[in-house]
Amino acid sequence: MSTKIDKIDRLSELSAAKDDERGVSLWTEAFRRLRRNPAAITGAVILLLFVIVAILGPILAPFTPTDPSGIREGVVKSGQGIIPGPTGDHWLGYDHQGRDFFSRMLVGARQTLLVGVISTLIGLTIGALIGGVAGAAAGLGGRVGRWIDVVLMRIVDMLLALPSLLLAVSIAALLGASLTTVMIAVGMVSVPVFARLLRGSMLAQAGGDYVLAATSLGVKRNTIALTHILPNSLAPVIVQATLTLATAIIEAAALSFLGLGNPDSAIPEWGVMLADAQPYLGIRPGLAIWPAAAIIVTALGFTLLGEALREALDPKLRK
Amino acid sequence: MPLLDVRDLSVTFARRGQRTVRAVDGVSFGVHAGEVVGLVGESGCGKSVTSLAIMGLLPKQRGVTIDGVADFDGTDLLKTDARAMRDIRGRDVAMIFQDPLSSLNPVVPIGVQVTEVLTRHRGMRGEAATKEATALLDRVGIPDPARRLKEYPHQLSGGMRQRALIAMAVACKPRLLIADEPTTALDVTIQAQILELLKELVRDSGTALIMITHDLGVVAGMCDTVNVLYAGRVIENARRKPLFYEPRHPYTTGLLRSVPRLDAGRGTPLNPIRGSVRDVLPWPDGCAFAPRCDRRVDACVGEPPALVVGYDGHGYRCVNPTPQGAQP
Amino acid sequence: MFRFIVRRLLQLVPTLLGLSVLLFIWLRRLPGGPETAILGERGTPALRAQVRRSLGLDEPLLIQYGRFVKRTLQLDLGTSISTKREVTTEFLLRFPGTVELTITAMIIAIGVGIPLGYLAARRRGTWLDHASVGGSLIGICVPVFFLAYVLKAIFAENLGWFPSSGRQDPTIGATHITNFFVLDGLMTREWDAAADAIWHLVLPGIALASIPLAIIVRITRASVLEVLGEDFVRTAESKGLTERTVRGRHVLRNAMLPIVTVIGLLTGGLLSGAVLTETVFAFSGIGAFLYEAISNRDYPVLMGFILIIALFYVLVNLIVDVSYSLIDPRVRVR
Repeated sequence: MSTKIDKIDRLSELSAAKDDERGVSLWTEAFRRLRRNPAAITGAVILLLFVIVAILGPILAPFTPTDPSGIREGVVKSGQGIIPGPTGDHWLGYDHQGRDFFSRMLVGARQTLLVGVISTLIGLTIGALIGGVAGAAAGLGGRVGRWIDVVLMRIVDMLLALPSLLLAVSIAALLGASLTTVMIAVGMVSVPVFARLLRGSMLAQAGGDYVLAATSLGVKRNTIALTHILPNSLAPVIVQATLTLATAIIEAAALSFLGLGNPDSAIPEWGVMLADAQPYLGIRPGLAIWPAAAIIVTALGFTLLGEALREALDPKLRK
Repeated sequence: MPLLDVRDLSVTFARRGQRTVRAVDGVSFGVHAGEVVGLVGESGCGKSVTSLAIMGLLPKQRGVTIDGVADFDGTDLLKTDARAMRDIRGRDVAMIFQDPLSSLNPVVPIGVQVTEVLTRHRGMRGEAATKEATALLDRVGIPDPARRLKEYPHQLSGGMRQRALIAMAVACKPRLLIADEPTTALDVTIQAQILELLKELVRDSGTALIMITHDLGVVAGMCDTVNVLYAGRVIENARRKPLFYEPRHPYTTGLLRSVPRLDAGRGTPLNPIRGSVRDVLPWPDGCAFAPRCDRRVDACVGEPPALVVGYDGHGYRCVNPTPQGAQP
Repeated sequence: MFRFIVRRLLQLVPTLLGLSVLLFIWLRRLPGGPETAILGERGTPALRAQVRRSLGLDEPLLIQYGRFVKRTLQLDLGTSISTKREVTTEFLLRFPGTVELTITAMIIAIGVGIPLGYLAARRRGTWLDHASVGGSLIGICVPVFFLAYVLKAIFAENLGWFPSSGRQDPTIGATHITNFFVLDGLMTREWDAAADAIWHLVLPGIALASIPLAIIVRITRASVLEVLGEDFVRTAESKGLTERTVRGRHVLRNAMLPIVTVIGLLTGGLLSGAVLTETVFAFSGIGAFLYEAISNRDYPVLMGFILIIALFYVLVNLIVDVSYSLIDPRVRVR
């Protein structure tokens, strides 16, 4: 009998508890789902390690990464094809200029992270600016707005019609080979992508009922664009930014491979190291494999996280 | 001997890391040839899952378990293998779905979607299939059928699409037709037309019809017998009249009372059933309706209430039923 | 449909015109000029000025541009500053190689990607699914030029299964008509020449296919999974149709829509990868030539090549839009 009374008590508790249930925000919900996704966890762990190495690399490095000690000591003679492999002291051996390769790998993480982040930021900022203005103008601005949108989008289409590498190469030709060049070139390539994405997303939002509701309440158009449409359109842009971090690192490596990266290869960067290793593939494949693996794993980390984020934010998949 | 005899049908969905859901729990009912049987209940009560289980259309993956018997003219549909089911579906048992737009393939002309059934089950091809498809569309009341055959779903109106789906379902003169909320997505005026069409088709061909709905008006207008479902169980079953005039289960009573009435006079409040279907018992036994029930007594939260069968086969599962003669 | 295509082609005009203006200004802003490439270090200022004058580079930009447009309208793209040959000739000589490479890569990517993505979706949760999802993730993250090097090192240099460079073995002495070597071989019935050209395409083709392949696998899988959950697939099943009909007519046809869009986008984007792959395999396409043209400031070549490439890109997208509307009646244009 007592269990029955218990059960009835719990029933009333249950109906009381129901009243406290509140909707959770998009981002809280997305974060909850990210934590349950093993791919997201894997990506996050990879990136965490990557960032730690990028920050602490110079401290952790056992040797000075720019010191050609191997040549000074006469162990490295790349002209004769002598580049010693891993030893007890030098875990990954020397590079072709007699520098400790393990130290260069560690320190190189920072430059690679920098290239990825800054070029993505360049693309994101310029692209979001163009796309945001075009989207806001098209969604709310009437005839003039549509005109602004058409002009901006035609420019973006022109950029899209150019092969990305050609665009990057010509930018690099204009600015001369350097790491900054690589960042700007890689960043510019992603501008049209971000512009189109944000514009499309904003247009979709502008057709939403809540925008109509805000308009009918007399909220100013600029305010609607900034406080309602923009925040709701950001999710796909953030996902794309995460994915772009991966492609930026890969594209930067490609530019380095074409000889447009930092000509002073003293400061280690994975892309440059990979490009520099090409002539020595036959003698010491490790010189290419390690930076390549590092680039692949890092890009994988960003991709995993980006894809998981996309899934977590997809309203179609939410239940 | 009914044409379809469903006994003790149970469907459970188990998901890793989540509580196993018993969507259908020991459902039994029968459908005789030419009879219209209603499965009534709110969304989530298990009526659609019941029909999908009978059709063999539930996803065959880990975690989905189906128990019980669905005896269709001597064949247990639940035990029939996938290949044989493909021969039965569309030919002997057919189904009409709720949303006609999403239920039609958007990139294939209506004509192909009709003729493919004829080709599959009646071996008709080319000219003959097109002729039969035209006749079918004509029969379900689609004007200018020859032209419609070449059109795509998005070019048809909502009612037209549902008629097309009905044409596909009755193409092989099935002995059993399952209609899963066939009018929910349609305008009220169209709803009546579609129901009329279904009634006509059933009467003319002697097809048995399982009508799945949450709309008591549809039940009153069409069904011979009614099964009321709540949380995966049949909580009341009766012929149409006794159910409407003398409902015994408080849930059924509540459903009937919650229908707004024109003769109720201005200012009379509506009578909703309080709470929602999601207010389920946190334990497996007991009456699932108890959390929302006005006639709840202590016995409700003990064991699951047994089926009480009264006069003329009127059955209900309730320990404290609505008294007979109470005006619903 | 016809009017749609015409309208799209007309829209091309302002795009190309705008692009040519941008390019023109952009290229002239590059530091240095063709005279540096021609004269090298020995050029005196007077000599430089003379070269510039002979190339017509001393005139105002507007007049130079006007002359460029006038010539281009007469289908004359000018003469390459570094090779002294007609830009059109250079293009017809080199572009076929890149096209062959791109087509090979797309055939590999589509031919493997769609079936693999489809199977992964059908067998969701099996090892095949996990392997193709994981594999495609890695495929996206491997730099193309690195993959090209690895393939070359393993299959050409170590195992010797495939040639390591070039488009065709010159000792075969193949006849060239269109400069599409495979096509030439088939046209002249020099089967061994065609086979050799195909043989040379395999490794660079695979390297170039890696990213599109990975993306096509992913999009196919996602698209098929989404369609499998659609109501009309359930309707098709409820009609008792054979598995083949359900899969072909109802699932795949609908799943193709996003795949077609992505294929279009990828084909346009392949050119960048082609430049890298051509460099690794010393494959004579437009890649290396364009790269040199940028360093030599070979304005006519750059203007001509880039505009034609942009034109191709836009045309590919037009073809995609047309085929999309052929599959999906809802966007069909009248």
